[in-house]
Amino acid sequence: MAFRRFRVVPREVPPALVRRVVLVGVVAAICVALLIARLWFLQIIRGSDMRATSENNRIRLTRLPAARGLVYDRFGDLLVDNRPSFDVVLVPEDTRDRPQTLAMLARHLDEPGEDLDRRIRAPSRRPPYAGIIVERDVEWDDVVALETHQLDLPGVSIQVQPRRSYPYGPLASHLLGYVGEASDRELVDDPRRRPGDIIGKGGLERVWDDELRGTAGGQQVEVDALGRRVRVLEEVPDVPGDTLVLTIDRDLQTVAERAMADHRGAFVALDPRNGEILVMVSKPAYDPNLFARGIRAAEWHELIADTWKPLTNRATQGTFAPGSIFKVAVAAGLLAEHVVTPQSHVFCPGGTQFGNRWFRCWNRNGHGSVDLHMGIMQSCDVYFYLGGQRLGVDRIAEYVRRFGLGFPTGVALPHEAAGTIPDSDWKRRRFDAPWYPGETLSVAIGQGYVTVTPLQMATVAATIANGGTRYRPQYVKRIEAPDGSVRREMAPEVLGFADVDASVLDHVRSGMRDVVMNERGTGRRARVPGIAVAGKTGTAQVVSLSEASGKGGRERTRDHAWFIAYAPADAPTIAVACLVEHAGGGGGAIAAPIVGEVLAHYFHRTLGPERPLDRETVHASN
Amino acid sequence: MPAIDRRLLTHFEWLLPLLVLAVAATGILTIYSATWTPAMTGPPALAMRQLGWLGAGVVAMLLATSFDYRRLDHRAYLVYGLCVAALVAVPLMGTVGGGSRRWLRFGSIAIQPSEFMKLAVVVLLAHYFARSERDHHSLLQVVPVLILIAVPAGLVLGQPDLGSAALIGVVSLSLMLLGGVRLRWFVLLALPLLAVAPFLWGFLKAYQQQRILMFLDPTKDPLGAGYHIIQSTIAVGSGMIWGKGWLQGTQNHLDFLPEEHTDFIFSVFAEERGFAGSCTLMLLYLAIMLRLVVIAVRARDRFGLLLVSGVLGTIFWQVVVNIGMTTGLMPVVGITLPFMSYGGSSLLCLLVGIGLAMNVSMRRFLF
Repeated sequence: MAFRRFRVVPREVPPALVRRVVLVGVVAAICVALLIARLWFLQIIRGSDMRATSENNRIRLTRLPAARGLVYDRFGDLLVDNRPSFDVVLVPEDTRDRPQTLAMLARHLDEPGEDLDRRIRAPSRRPPYAGIIVERDVEWDDVVALETHQLDLPGVSIQVQPRRSYPYGPLASHLLGYVGEASDRELVDDPRRRPGDIIGKGGLERVWDDELRGTAGGQQVEVDALGRRVRVLEEVPDVPGDTLVLTIDRDLQTVAERAMADHRGAFVALDPRNGEILVMVSKPAYDPNLFARGIRAAEWHELIADTWKPLTNRATQGTFAPGSIFKVAVAAGLLAEHVVTPQSHVFCPGGTQFGNRWFRCWNRNGHGSVDLHMGIMQSCDVYFYLGGQRLGVDRIAEYVRRFGLGFPTGVALPHEAAGTIPDSDWKRRRFDAPWYPGETLSVAIGQGYVTVTPLQMATVAATIANGGTRYRPQYVKRIEAPDGSVRREMAPEVLGFADVDASVLDHVRSGMRDVVMNERGTGRRARVPGIAVAGKTGTAQVVSLSEASGKGGRERTRDHAWFIAYAPADAPTIAVACLVEHAGGGGGAIAAPIVGEVLAHYFHRTLGPERPLDRETVHASN
Repeated sequence: MPAIDRRLLTHFEWLLPLLVLAVAATGILTIYSATWTPAMTGPPALAMRQLGWLGAGVVAMLLATSFDYRRLDHRAYLVYGLCVAALVAVPLMGTVGGGSRRWLRFGSIAIQPSEFMKLAVVVLLAHYFARSERDHHSLLQVVPVLILIAVPAGLVLGQPDLGSAALIGVVSLSLMLLGGVRLRWFVLLALPLLAVAPFLWGFLKAYQQQRILMFLDPTKDPLGAGYHIIQSTIAVGSGMIWGKGWLQGTQNHLDFLPEEHTDFIFSVFAEERGFAGSCTLMLLYLAIMLRLVVIAVRARDRFGLLLVSGVLGTIFWQVVVNIGMTTGLMPVVGITLPFMSYGGSSLLCLLVGIGLAMNVSMRRFLF
C-alpha cells in the first residue's frame, strides 16, 4: 500500500490556475466592498430614517380616554356614572391576513363579517397603527374567548374603557341626553377630538361636554410584531371630567314619571324663587344606555322612525297650543291696561257672535255674569273673547312675552323651541296678510297661531308665583372638580320682569288659587292635603272647533290636556307645567291629577327618604 | 496515526482559525441576543447548544489537520457516496422542521446531511479536476460531473431546501470554472435550462415562487411576503453607526425579524452593533477569504488548491447571498451566514473545511 499512496506525482500548480484563484480573491474583495457600501447606505445615509421607522414599528401612542364627569341630583344621588367596558380593538397594520382575521373575529362575536369590515374602513382621520374599536362592550365570555385566541388573531386586542352608564335607565333621559362616538363632522368642529372619542350628543351631555369630557391621557406602548403590548414606556394619566350637581330632585322626577304613566307629554317643575329645574320629564323616553354601549343600526332606526319621536325633548322642543292656561298671562294684560277692572262683569251666554261667526264657550250652557276672578276660576272663554278683543292682539302679545312666551327660555339645552306668539307684524311677515280681528278671539284663549313649550309655561307659572321675576331655568347647581372642590356655583339669573303692578298679579293669583281650592274651580283634582295650591287648567284643541269633538276620534285629533300650578299659594316654592299630548280629556280631568300627585310627594315625601325642604342647606355628598 | 512531523508544527496555520473563531464567538453572542427574552433566568438554550457545537467543531477542525489531505483525494468517492446515502436516508427516516424534512436524528443530536454534502461535493470536484493532465476543454468530460452534482442537489431541493441546493450548484460551477471548464460550455448548457425554466418554475413550492417574486418588488405587499425583507433592512439600517447595543435590538426582540437566529442573524447583529460592527464583521470575512486565497495559491498540488478554493467558494457565496438578502439586495433564499447562524451541522462542516485548508497550508512544504 505504502508505495501506492503517492501514486500521483506532486507537481507545480499551473500559473493559470493560480491566476484564477487570485481573481476569486479580487472578486471577493469587490463584493465585500459592495456589501459595505450597501451597509453604509442603510446604516449611515438612511440610518436615522430607519431608526425612526423601527421606533414607529414598536412604539404606539394610545389615548387613554378620560372618564367623563359624574352627574348627581341635588341630594347627591348619582344619575350618570361610568363603568368599565371591554372593547374589541383592531390595528389593521398588525393583521397579517385581514380577511381571515375578520372572519375569525366575526365568528367569535357572532356578527356578520361585512359589518366588521365596514367599521374598519369607516374612520378616515385615523393615524397609522391606531386601533379601531370593532365592537364595544362585549360580553365577558367573548373577552375570554378572544384572549385565548390572541395568537390566531394578530392585531386584535381587548381594551378596557370607562363606559357611560345611566343607573336609572330612561329616567330624565331627555335632560341627561346621551353620548356617542364623534362623527367625522364633529371631529372637524373641535380639533381636540380624536377619532373614537366619546362625546355628548344630546341633553346635558352635549351642552356640558367641555366640563364633562376631562382631558385624555396617553401611553407610549411598546408592542411586538403581532401588536401585543410588551410594556408601557411613558404614561400621561388622564384627567377625569368635572362633576355636575344638578338641581333635579331624583325622587320627585321618579314620581312625576310614574304619574305621567303611559301618557305622552311633558312635566316640568321649577323653583319659582330662583329658576332651578326640579323635574323635567318628556314622554315617551328612551334608554341612554343604548347609546353608551354603541347603538346598533336597527335600534337607531327604530328610535328615529317612531311616530311619537321619543328622542324629542317635549319639555323644551315640543310646541303646543296652550289653550286656557294662556289666559293667566292675558288676564294680567287686561288688568294692567285697564281694559277690565277686577269688578267689571261680562255676561256669558255660552258663546259670543263676532262677525258672521259664533265663538262658543267651552261651557255651552254659559257662565252667566263673569268677572276676572270667575273668568280664571271657571276658565270662561267668552270673558277672554270680549276682553281680548278690546285689548287687541298686539297688546296681548306684548304682555304674554313679559311672562316669557314667544322666545326661548334660555335653558342650557340644545335646540330649544321659541314657540309662537302672533301679532299683526308677525302675520304680515309670515303670511303677507293683515290681521283679522276675529283671529284675536282665538289668540285670547290660547288657540289659533299660539304655541308654547311646557318649559315656557312652567316659567309663566313661576313668574306669576314669585311676583313677576323671570329667571333663567337652570338645572346645574354646581360644578365640582373630580376631587370634590367647587369650581363654579351657579347663581340664579334674572332675565326680566313682568313689569306689572303687584295688585295685578294678586288678582291673577287669587283666581288661580280658586281654580284648585274653590269647589267650582276647574282644577280641583290637583289638591294636596294641607297645602294651598294655585293653578290653571287648559284643554288645547288640536283641530279647529268646527271639527269633531276633541274627546274621541282619532288619536292625533284629540285635545292636549294642560295644567300649570304653583304651591303653596301664598309663598310658592314650586311651579309646574304638565302637558298630556292628545289626552282625550280636559286639563282638569287628566293633567291636574298628575300635578296633584307630584305636589303631594313634594310636600309630603310620599317616595324615598324624608329630605329637608330647605334646599339651601343641603350639600350633596359625593 | 503517523508521528507528527516537526515541520507541521512550525508551519501550523494560526491566522485562519483565529479569524474564524472570532466570527464564531460573535455568532454565539448574536444567537444569545436573538433568542433571549427578558423573562429568561439563564442564558438561552440555543446559544449554549451552539457553543457545544463550536467545541465539537474545533475538535473536528483539529482532526482535519491531523492527516495528510491527499488521503482524501483517494477517498473522495467514498465521502461522496456516504453523504448521498445519508441524503437518501433523510426522506425515509428524517425529522421535519419548519415545513421541510432535513434532519437525521441520533438521540438528542440532529444532523443535517445537506451540510455535509456541501463539503463532499467540494472534495469530489477537487478530486475530479486535480486528476486531469490538461484543462477540461471537452463538454463530454463535464457531463459526468454535472450528473454527480445534480444527484445530491436534486435530493436537497426535494427536502425542500432551495438555499442549500442552489449553494451546491453555484459552488460546483465556481469550482468547475476554476478547474478549467470553459465558460462557453456553461452558456451552451444554460440555454436549454432557460428554455425549461417555465416548467421548473412549476416545480417550485408556492413559498419559493413567492420569495423570488417578492425580491423583484418587496414593497408591493409590505405586510405579506415582502414583510421580511423590509423589516430586515429596517433592522440593519436602524443600527446606525454604533448600533442599539447587545440585547437592545427592538426589531429583533419584538419579533419583527423572521428566523432571527438562523437566516437573519446578520440583521440582529447589524441592528445591535451598527455600521461599526457590521463593517468589522465584513472585513473579518474578507480576511478569512483572502487568507484562503493565499493558502490556495501556495498549495503544493492541484487537489490542495481546488480543495481550499472550494471551501473559499462556499464561504464566499454564503456571505454574499446571506448579507445581500438581509440588506435587501437579494431574494430571501434560505442560506445561512457562515460561522454566525445557528446550526450545528453547518458550523461543524465549515470548521472541518477550515481544518482542511489549514491541513493544506501546513503541508505545503512536505513532499
